[in-house]
Amino acid sequence: MGTGRNLCEVSFLALSENESFARMVAAAFVLPLNPTVEELADIKTAISEAVTNAILHGYNQDGKGMVTMRFEREENRLTFVVQDNGVGIENVEKAMEPLYTSKPELERSGMGFSFMEAFMDSLLVESSPGNGCKVTMEKYICPLNDEASSETD
Amino acid sequence: MKTTFELNGRTLFLRLSEDLDHHNAEYIRVQSDQYLEKYPIHRIVFDFTGVEFMDSSGIGVVMGRYKQMQYAGGEVFVYGIGKSVDRIFQMSGLYRLVKEYRPEREGGY
Repeated sequence: MGTGRNLCEVSFLALSENESFARMVAAAFVLPLNPTVEELADIKTAISEAVTNAILHGYNQDGKGMVTMRFEREENRLTFVVQDNGVGIENVEKAMEPLYTSKPELERSGMGFSFMEAFMDSLLVESSPGNGCKVTMEKYICPLNDEASSETD
Repeated sequence: MKTTFELNGRTLFLRLSEDLDHHNAEYIRVQSDQYLEKYPIHRIVFDFTGVEFMDSSGIGVVMGRYKQMQYAGGEVFVYGIGKSVDRIFQMSGLYRLVKEYRPEREGGY
């Protein structure tokens, strides 16, 4: 495990059915590091939030724009980038406030960025109107997982 | 398999059977709204037994139904919540809005 470096880049259309695909790709990328069930859930949730934002807010679910994910591994340090070329965010600080949502009519809880922040070790959101959005998240997978907790549920 | 809906008197059961993400949340929202328009539902029961993944979209689904039941003077129940969904419920404070469903106490289905 933890053998050096790996890199993966995947692009897909802004369709909600691709959200589960994105989670599966992230999980598959991380699996060789032997993450705990909890670490894997953290990553799947954070990726799901970022990809949903890109599809729903970036592209307004137009099914035309492309979402790009770039995953990088440097030993046990993982970097996840989720990027869109959609409408962008006017006020990033406000968008990141817990419970804030620009789409309450769609029953959005406004917890997306809060979850990314809570489940990953770092979160960076770069966006401006008309320039899409780039979310960069880091996660450190504990190398001691190897024997101990792969069976944990 | 999609979420299935089951009406029993004034109770609507939602048997969730896949990841509760944005993709499936929209389907659940639209379908349950149709039931609420047609029937005088005063109790919604979410069966989470088949759910292994839920993100913040799922919170929106539960909160949306909670608001509707508040408006109707009803309640929202949940059961069958596994470890990963439990974490999301804990973090978001959803347990404060819903009750645990016990079939024997609530008269079964």
